[in-house]
Amino acid sequence: MISFKDAAHLIRLVAAFMIGMVLFLVFRGLLVPKTFGEFGHYRGAALGEIAAQPVSYAGHDLCEGCHDDVLRLKRVGRHARVACESCHGPQAKHTEDPGSIVPPKLDTAVLCVRCHAVSSSKPMDFPQVRAIEHSSGRACDACHQPHSPRIEVNGKK
Amino acid sequence: MNFDGFMYPNEVELQWSVLIVLYPFLTGLVAGAFILASLERVFLVEAVKPTYRLALLTALAFLLVAPLPLQLHLGHPERSLEMYLTPHRASAMAMFGFVYLWYLMAVLLVEIWLDYRKDIVLIMQSSRGLKSWVYRAMTLGSTNISDGALQVDSRAGWLITLIGIPSAFLLHGYVGFIFGSVKANPWWSTPLMPVVFLFSAMVSGIAAVMLLYMLLTTIRRQEIDMRCVDTIARYLFYTFVVDFSLEMLDLIHRIYEADESFRSLDFMVHTRLFVSQVVIQIAAGTIVPLVLLALTQVFSLKPKLRKRIYILAGTLTLIGIFAMRWNVVIGGQLFSKSFLGYTTYKMGFVAREGLLTAVVLTLLPLVILWFLVSLLPPWPARHASVMSTRSPEQLTD
Amino acid sequence: MNVTRRKLLILLPAAAVAWEYVLARAPESSPNYNAAEHWWGMLLDITKCIGCGSCVRACQLENHVPDAYYRTWVERYIVQEWGFEHLSVDSPNGGKDGFPATPDGEGKSFFVPKLCNHCADSPCTQVCPVGATFVSPDGVVLVDKKYCLGCRYCIQACPYGCRFLNPETHTAEKCSLCYHRINKGLTTACCEVCPTGARQLADLKDPADPVHEFLKTHSVQVLKPHLATGAKAFYNGLDGSVR
Repeated sequence: MISFKDAAHLIRLVAAFMIGMVLFLVFRGLLVPKTFGEFGHYRGAALGEIAAQPVSYAGHDLCEGCHDDVLRLKRVGRHARVACESCHGPQAKHTEDPGSIVPPKLDTAVLCVRCHAVSSSKPMDFPQVRAIEHSSGRACDACHQPHSPRIEVNGKK
Repeated sequence: MNFDGFMYPNEVELQWSVLIVLYPFLTGLVAGAFILASLERVFLVEAVKPTYRLALLTALAFLLVAPLPLQLHLGHPERSLEMYLTPHRASAMAMFGFVYLWYLMAVLLVEIWLDYRKDIVLIMQSSRGLKSWVYRAMTLGSTNISDGALQVDSRAGWLITLIGIPSAFLLHGYVGFIFGSVKANPWWSTPLMPVVFLFSAMVSGIAAVMLLYMLLTTIRRQEIDMRCVDTIARYLFYTFVVDFSLEMLDLIHRIYEADESFRSLDFMVHTRLFVSQVVIQIAAGTIVPLVLLALTQVFSLKPKLRKRIYILAGTLTLIGIFAMRWNVVIGGQLFSKSFLGYTTYKMGFVAREGLLTAVVLTLLPLVILWFLVSLLPPWPARHASVMSTRSPEQLTD
Repeated sequence: MNVTRRKLLILLPAAAVAWEYVLARAPESSPNYNAAEHWWGMLLDITKCIGCGSCVRACQLENHVPDAYYRTWVERYIVQEWGFEHLSVDSPNGGKDGFPATPDGEGKSFFVPKLCNHCADSPCTQVCPVGATFVSPDGVVLVDKKYCLGCRYCIQACPYGCRFLNPETHTAEKCSLCYHRINKGLTTACCEVCPTGARQLADLKDPADPVHEFLKTHSVQVLKPHLATGAKAFYNGLDGSVR
């Protein structure tokens, strides 16, 4: 039989471990973020923080609220489904202060080419041209109205 | 951007650096050294007794350094405590934090303490000043070194070692599982990964303790116990054969099944990974040591020659096992998950995750070991009365 | 407390109901947004993508994505014949500035926009050691950058290569499905600017969403289905050569 006296040092060891464990649990209670575990194994507050990120693209609904003259033109044209900010870039700041923050004038020679330059990787039914042949290097908006780009020739579209 | 073929744009830069190669290498040495120690303690292979304490101290030295490469790698090391506060139970990495803690606190430190307790008390009693306070703290306030108490220590130590063996397996098996469970990466994803990691860990740990024993004994100008070293080398050989077989099984299985990743991985091994995998890991790091060790098993060679062979084989083994970790970690990131391209690993030198850092972290455990060996001498000094806690009779307990 | 079988039979359904209530209580980002009513995904139509890169640019601007890292990107495939040897894929700068023209006669060629698939059985959230990345109650895989350690395990675990480590915050980052936009009733930045409608946000829980009809009438696939990730980025017209 093992005498208690001879095993005393083991009991000290176990006691040290117990104290350590209790300290850890106390620490844990203090340090774990309060919203942790609310919806799953993560900080519940993170959802709100991520959702609070400021918006840069206003969305075409907002543009159409003020610019309905453009909308009327665009709605019946071939660019009906192209969002305003697709060409004009992020304009959330403009919607907040329309007077002072104005979108820059776009360079159609660069802008239109990105979508409409011919490439065999693009879908066959997508309108694409070889810029040099098509317009001899003239800017696209010399002939096309960007908001409704289709040109009627001799009554045929 | 330096890559060939096609890679997903975010894949070109490697995520896990040489420090993440170093980490399984270090924990592998821990597991291997501990298994060697348990050979004597649990399986009563008396021949390796001279290395028992050294193996434990080696394991401790490497285990203390092991978290450092991880901390240096983290984007936010100050948040690493989160792994203990809110561990995600589905994550192998999170659970590993507890396996590490368990192994360090409940297994290794306790076993070392139980084995050294008598020496600690004796040193405390025979020293003064700061030194005596250091040892006093280590006694945890108990100075009972009667025969009864030492018997208790012996029994408890045996039990701890018994628990320690699966704990050591878990320690390094888990590291293998961290890689082996990633289904996105076909170089890593295999059920063999934890087993391969474990056996290569044992190989590296045994080789390391063997080399350290020979080195320290020579420094102490003592006679190397050839029976001990021969036995260690024999276990090294057996373990190595199993490790090599497992790795070959993985390779053969891959070649035979040739799934969608095979062509890409095969190309990678033949090109970017050729030197580190075929030349260093397989040829120089596995086949050569196996042949050398086999020679010592088959032929009866003179002790001097055997020593030289052991040193060469042991060193090559360590290099080979490091190369294995490199090939797993770095190799797994060199190819694209589209199986259409390859990138390169740009290792910095004087950088947070650079080569110099890796070298320092590899040498640091040896410095700590030196300190531990002076704090807790593994071998009886020639003229002191400090002996191992257990007498020869207790070994037959 | 003595938990008898009878008590358990009563307790368990009650607990299930209570749990549903907990799940439904997601934080409202706009007054009438209830996360439990949504299950987000995206529809990508290969037959419509023109590789203009508008989506990549818009995402970078909307989410302040650092250069050389991509929350979304576009790949170009040129397939001459069946088999990997005849396959050529590229993504210059993630397709941000579009692509150089593909010469004729190279073979079948098309663009594939890629992004986080917001997997329902996400392997990346499975491996996160601390719970810094997770699937939100409305099906969006998000990263809590205040909690992320930067261990990069999630980046390794993603089969699609959509994650990266942000060099400024030192935390993992990826497409958030513009979480800050979709719960205000806006669409994602990439879907907003896509000129051909190749990218469309889909709410799989909304019976009025056109995605349901689309999925029933078209040949649709997800990427790497054999990995059973529960990916919610559905590709129409996806060729077998796409990786």
